Amino acid sequence: MALKGKDILSLREMNPEDIELILSTARSLKEILSRPIKKVPTLRGKVVCTLFYEPSTRTRTSFELAAKYMSADTVSIATATSSVKKGETLADTARNLEVMGIDVVVMRHSVSGACHFLAKVLDVPVINAGDGMHEHPTQGLLDIFTILEYKSKIRGLKVAILGDVLHSRVARSDIFGLTKMGAEVSVAGPNTLLPPEIEALGVKAYNRVEDAVEGADVIYVLRLQLERQTKSLFPSKREYHDFFGLDRKRLRYAKEDAIVMHPGPMNRGVEISTDVADSPRSVILDQVVSGVAVRMAALYLILGGRE
Amino acid sequence: MPLFDKAEIMDKDAIRRALVRIAHEIVEKNKGLDNVVMVGIRRRGVPLAQRLAKILGEIENKEVPVGELDITLYRDDLTMRFDQPHVGRTHLPFDVAKKKVILVDDVLYTGRTVRAALDAIVDLGRPECIQLAVLIDRGHREIPIRADYVGKNVPTSRKEVIHVRLTEVDGVEQVVISEEKDEE
Repeated sequence: MALKGKDILSLREMNPEDIELILSTARSLKEILSRPIKKVPTLRGKVVCTLFYEPSTRTRTSFELAAKYMSADTVSIATATSSVKKGETLADTARNLEVMGIDVVVMRHSVSGACHFLAKVLDVPVINAGDGMHEHPTQGLLDIFTILEYKSKIRGLKVAILGDVLHSRVARSDIFGLTKMGAEVSVAGPNTLLPPEIEALGVKAYNRVEDAVEGADVIYVLRLQLERQTKSLFPSKREYHDFFGLDRKRLRYAKEDAIVMHPGPMNRGVEISTDVADSPRSVILDQVVSGVAVRMAALYLILGGRE
Repeated sequence: MPLFDKAEIMDKDAIRRALVRIAHEIVEKNKGLDNVVMVGIRRRGVPLAQRLAKILGEIENKEVPVGELDITLYRDDLTMRFDQPHVGRTHLPFDVAKKKVILVDDVLYTGRTVRAALDAIVDLGRPECIQLAVLIDRGHREIPIRADYVGKNVPTSRKEVIHVRLTEVDGVEQVVISEEKDEE
């Protein structure tokens, strides 16, 4: 079994069969994480390169551990200390890495579409680890994986995505992935943080958090991306929390067994209150575990022998 | 090339009798069932391991734990294949350390699957010993591996294929030998 394309760039472009294949492979691979010695020889001799033009803890560590658990070697380029600082172009940096023998590039970049560009330049596969405000496909996959672990299905589930949809590549990947698999997705947030055409993606948009959360099976709280705000889109963090943050009171509108998700890093007391983030309904740390399993699956499937 | 079934070499009763005999041999060789666990290699080794455990339980009045092992991640041909083979679930509901592991598969052929299974088990812990039980040994080993318990030895040519069909997986119960035929 193989994925259709060379790369993993977006969930918008990924067909449902490939999504299912990655998820079912991840389900099998997750067992490795519970072993005393977390190592299988599967990707011996392969080199995974992480090229991050933006800060990251979770995603980068998650990819590197996924590679190491499967015996691949990893190199990580932190752009702050690399020749990127001397003005080298993305294509040149990547081509140099490619001729040194790497087998896959995992890239995060602040420009939407940068990974698509790189995939055209390189022969080796590219995995998008977040490009600008566009997509973060492996996050979308790990979110779907986590929901499946709790709800055993996606079709027919009501998922409410709250907050900064405008700047969120996570929201976009989740919306594409979840709607493709038959979930009913709604979004809620202040108008300044909802893209005007958002309903064209097949979701319902609300300004009141309560309206989106009503009867939801899954509540997905997005991080307020303070670093991407170019103008003041809301008066203050405090006021944002009062009107749009997920707290215990708003959580009551959801189904009794609803789960609460967040891609991290959390702004506690802003988009989510601390008691909700730490409540038994929160599956935020499960998402992190799923992340390693899903990335192992992605690396395994994308690094198949190509004669 | 299409495959044609040439002959049925075992039927339902023959399979059952072979498993009963193997179960007795396991008890005899291990002087009982202390620390004995069964590990079936996916897919058809798993139902065979479950059946053997059931027979063993009846012989010695003791419950024998059964695990399932997927060897995909340990294959030696991963980089040579265009498609990545599907990874199945490995689930051993026990610690293999200090156990007598009886590895179970349907057909022993080149020995490469068993090699991969040995690596997979050793990665999970250090068993006291590992023994191998197979329903069919068809010869043509490519690495030095042999079975401790064999249901039936079947001399074959490399052009032939052995199909073990089990009720749990295939809905029928038989072992057939088939052969590739050039299309006219």
